[in-house]
Amino acid sequence: MSRQPAILVENVTVHYGEVLALDAASLSLDTARICGLIGMNGSGKSTLFKVIMGMIKPDAGRVLINGQSPAKARKEGGIGYVPQSEDVDWQFPLSVRDVVMMGRYGHQGFTRRPSKADRAAVDLALDRVELSEFANRQIGQLSGGQKKRAFVARGIAQGATMMLLDEPFAGVDKRSEATITRLLRELASDGCTILISTHDLHALPQLCDEAVLLMRKVLMHGPPEVVLQPEHLAMAFGLDVLNRDLPARDVPDLDVGPVLDVGPERRLSKQQDWS
Amino acid sequence: MDLFDILLEPLSYDFMVRAIITTALAAIVCAVLSCWLVLIGWSLMGDAVSHAVLPGVVLAYIVGAPFALGALVFALIAVTLIGVVRNTSRVKEDAAIGIVFTSLFALGLVLISVTPSQTDLNHIIFGNLLGVSIPDLIQVLVLGVVAFAILILKRRDLTLYAFDPTHAHAIGLSPKRLGALLLGLLALTSVVALQTVGVVLVVAMLIIPGATAYLLTDRFSRMLVIAPVVSAVCSIAGIYLSYYLDTASGAMVVLTQGAIFAVVYLFSPRQGLIGTRLAKARRRKAVALAA
Repeated sequence: MSRQPAILVENVTVHYGEVLALDAASLSLDTARICGLIGMNGSGKSTLFKVIMGMIKPDAGRVLINGQSPAKARKEGGIGYVPQSEDVDWQFPLSVRDVVMMGRYGHQGFTRRPSKADRAAVDLALDRVELSEFANRQIGQLSGGQKKRAFVARGIAQGATMMLLDEPFAGVDKRSEATITRLLRELASDGCTILISTHDLHALPQLCDEAVLLMRKVLMHGPPEVVLQPEHLAMAFGLDVLNRDLPARDVPDLDVGPVLDVGPERRLSKQQDWS
Repeated sequence: MDLFDILLEPLSYDFMVRAIITTALAAIVCAVLSCWLVLIGWSLMGDAVSHAVLPGVVLAYIVGAPFALGALVFALIAVTLIGVVRNTSRVKEDAAIGIVFTSLFALGLVLISVTPSQTDLNHIIFGNLLGVSIPDLIQVLVLGVVAFAILILKRRDLTLYAFDPTHAHAIGLSPKRLGALLLGLLALTSVVALQTVGVVLVVAMLIIPGATAYLLTDRFSRMLVIAPVVSAVCSIAGIYLSYYLDTASGAMVVLTQGAIFAVVYLFSPRQGLIGTRLAKARRRKAVALAA
């Protein structure tokens, strides 16, 4: 049998009512690779995540996780998910340990009573993301980067072979960003396949093996240093994308007009103003 | 008359003993459920379902079926209608909930008005704590124990559903089914509480205990203990108060719960209004001194 891609998305089309969210998007990702999914808001990043997790049934096309259906992959506990910060209720009365334990629910019985093995897996995961000393804190009382690591720990405790991270660097300081990057690289070298959706481009070259430009369809898929070239980013973000915070080696000597330090969604509206 | 007599005197009446048992039971089940309702933001949904079950209970009474069955059917109808109105029109969810539950509640009132033997059914609206019969007590006991057992056995899944339904989905659980389970339990619990405080005030028992406990702790597992204990104590205190002050018993139970919430809101060590204000003032003073 030939080697299966960890994630295979084939000609997936998704509509929300009249709105076209994904238009025959195709993507193939090999095991143990870290892939950055780049696109502005509304480009279909979240929709692609939902399709991969099987939360949305595509109108056309198919998704295979390690050669099998997403439903089967979910049952086997292979899919770990790190939500966007704004999707989490940080006031929720749970400790860090409680949240990480939720990664074990797929391995547990009817009442999800934790066994010795479950507790050990949780301790190990907490140790791995260096949050052991904060295990009993309420989840909202962590810093931005620690919050992300807590959810990564949940995926580790789960034994996920594939992790989906939604905007993991939003609201995270530089040091935590480096810690998370190192952690994800370690996981990948252990064989975990990692897909990261982001519109924060700074962290990508250090973090990712490959990058995907998404604009309802996959515009480009290649090494990050190629995908991040301004003329390529322009396809997904509009014309004034050149971002002065990009690593210098990635920015060619091109005069592309004023450098604007604005978020991608603002870029979109600006572009629309011109048309 | 010493404290002992004050506590014992009402217990010499059988109807008071039944009232206390029923109320404590309803208070405990409602309080456990309320922990999830306040965290998911389903308080209004609790209000809606507890009202919308009325026509179901009346119809069940007419055909001689168990109240719980009628209540479950109408809870399901209510939730479906709310979803349909919200998803297929420009009306927002809170308005959809308001339209559906008031209409169904009104339907229940109309059904009561055309049903002979009205006295029984009018009690459903405002509760009839002091008129709880032995069969009533048994029904509340059975439904209450069933709802309580399911809530406690599935507590971890329900908490996961409340906190992160996407993760629930990702590990192969069904958030839809967990949500439906919680709604079903909400309908069942409403029936339990109808007996004691009545349709109009059920929502108080479904929200106040969870909200009170939420202000007292940062651990969900502790909420599940604090809420029912506080609720049961409040309810029994409410019944005693109504006995000695000669006031409406169901309303007195709710009033006591509201009063305890107010106390916690003001004086809770970490989340209380006064505590947080004082801490803020201390911090300001420290900053001013340092400058």
